[in-house]
Amino acid sequence: MSEMRVRNYASAISEALCEAMDRDKDIFVTGIAADYKSGLFGSTTEVIERFAPDRIFDAPSMENAMAGIAIGAAAVGKRPVILHPRADFMFLALDQMINLASKWRYMYDGNAGSVPVVMRGVIGRGWGQGATHSQSIQSVVAHFPGINVIMPTFADDAKGLMMTALKVDTPTIILEHRLLFNIEAEVPEGEYYVPFGKARIVTEGTDVTVVTSSFMTIEAQVAIEALKESGVSVELIDIRSIRPLDTKTIIESVKKTGRLVVADTSWAFCGVSAEILAVVSESAFSALKAPPIRIGLADVPAPVSKPLEDAFYPKASDIARAISTLMNAKDKDFEGVEFVHDFKGPY
Amino acid sequence: MNKELTIFQNMVRIRVTELKLAELYKEQEMRTPTHFGIGQEACAAGVCEALSDGDQVYSHHRCHNHYLAQGGSVFKLGAELYGRVDGCSGGRGGSVHLTARDKGFIISSAILGQTLACATGTALAFKMDKKQAIAVTFFGDAAVEEGIASESFNYAAIHKLPVLYVCENNLYSTESPRNIRIPDDGDLCERARAFKLEAAQVDGNDVYAVYEATQKAVDHIRSGKGPYFLELMTYRWLEHVGPFYDHELDRSYRTAEELQEWKKNDPVLNAEAWLEKNGVPLSQIRSIHDEVMQKVNADLDRAKDSAWPEVSTLYERV
Ligand SMILES: Cc1ncc(C[n+]2csc(CCOP(=O)(O)OP(=O)(O)O)c2C)c(N)n1
Repeated sequence: MSEMRVRNYASAISEALCEAMDRDKDIFVTGIAADYKSGLFGSTTEVIERFAPDRIFDAPSMENAMAGIAIGAAAVGKRPVILHPRADFMFLALDQMINLASKWRYMYDGNAGSVPVVMRGVIGRGWGQGATHSQSIQSVVAHFPGINVIMPTFADDAKGLMMTALKVDTPTIILEHRLLFNIEAEVPEGEYYVPFGKARIVTEGTDVTVVTSSFMTIEAQVAIEALKESGVSVELIDIRSIRPLDTKTIIESVKKTGRLVVADTSWAFCGVSAEILAVVSESAFSALKAPPIRIGLADVPAPVSKPLEDAFYPKASDIARAISTLMNAKDKDFEGVEFVHDFKGPY
Repeated sequence: MNKELTIFQNMVRIRVTELKLAELYKEQEMRTPTHFGIGQEACAAGVCEALSDGDQVYSHHRCHNHYLAQGGSVFKLGAELYGRVDGCSGGRGGSVHLTARDKGFIISSAILGQTLACATGTALAFKMDKKQAIAVTFFGDAAVEEGIASESFNYAAIHKLPVLYVCENNLYSTESPRNIRIPDDGDLCERARAFKLEAAQVDGNDVYAVYEATQKAVDHIRSGKGPYFLELMTYRWLEHVGPFYDHELDRSYRTAEELQEWKKNDPVLNAEAWLEKNGVPLSQIRSIHDEVMQKVNADLDRAKDSAWPEVSTLYERV
């Protein structure tokens, strides 16, 4: 068992990249602002110190071609990591990722090898990031077979999932929430791999299953804390990977609790939460004691104005209310229950 | 002389507004990532003065200057940054998503390169409708790196579209200097010409030079000869996003000396020098500043007093 140290999310990613780059000389990192001292909110700082300029370098604004360039480099043995300071910029890369990378192995029957490109995108939130700098694109990309879509919540998972991404054969998109970057956790030293397609049971419980992605896991923890006195026993499952999705853990939990709340960082419509409800309806329908509840963004583009932005994002209070609704215990309101962060913009 | 004074006054209006907004921004009440245009005012003021009613303008993330140069309201800009209901986008869009349709400013948008295509499309519509109007888009040197720029230039040239592409080349993309982005610090006009666009590089800190160059470009476009590319050489004074100087935050990607050099080439001072040389008394220049300042301060005070949008409006107008 390797030694545990406390690290924040950003430095856990940086550490994972360094560990992997030490082990595999074919890994390199590029993208807009890749070599800035600020190190993509601290997540590449150590990589820059150790590997710039040969294996981490800046690039022009060229998301579309850069994805293809990464694929071409990967085809002959490289492992490119492409950075997007906002996941929204990745839309320009999606033709290459979806129409080519995700199909590479299957479409050529394995005869053309594989293209293990890793693409990271940061999900902005708060302080008026606005409609085009805050989108959570997991369901857009997870729709397509042949691509892994990963959303680490905790620093140790950020490390372990990154190291796995840099080892598997298929292309991987990792979505990292801006509000997670400063959150600390115990992170194992050295090589550390968290498998794709395995959810993390954050807390075990027997009354309600709460399935969350990314930052909503943090809000759910706050909700569970607020519910402590009520005596509700909540099982919190952080899915960690969207594709492949660990349906087994979710189904088993719902079979145990009979109640389900899903809280995703994106919209509910055609979203990851819709997929999870579908899976549960198909495989645990008879276990359900009440209709499941989905929690997602208000079904509008992200507004900048503070009161609208506050109303746009679901919070711990919404999760706590949903749990209470399922338990028929609506005496408490939970107004103001939310994760408090110190993000002050501008970016 | 009237024209030159109008141009000067418009440029001062932009400068004063941006300085005041940057000052207010530090109070952390404007919760919207903001890219200030201080140092680059001559580009907007010079180009927009050469346009006519019916022409339509687009801009990118660093858009306040262009919105203001088209006559966009200072009050509505301030209210937008404060996230208030009177903002030009109701407080929903923020600093990078402005609009003033009644002033011929269609939108600004934050994703690099988007509006190069949009302006091309607006020009296509003008051509189909046999209108005299031209479409204009402002953008930075980094937008030209995106594939969409090449695609748009090519299309505009094929169809001889009435579109003016205005690149404000401020030498940096965020913190990236030109040498990682373009071979040999090459000039962007060469690229535009490769696509058969007419192109000219101009001192973007000389508002009268920008105005003249734009007049020439507009004549070319209106006479049906097709798209034009202007590369305006300029410099952004403040950090990429936010109200501070880079050196105040110990950023080292460019030096305080470089900034000082460019400040000597201040577009506002340049225009003042020109006006003085051409007989405008200093007192008149001062009073232009004072009048503009009073008006801008009043508008921004009022902006802060504007109401927040009702939460119940969250779902409206999707
Ligand atoms: C497609 C896309 N990629 C990346 C970004 C992030 N980004 C915002 S502004 C900017 C630099 C723009 O530089 P330039 O176009 O020269 O304009 P300037 O900021 O210098 O005015 C970058 C990379 C973005 N907004 N859109």
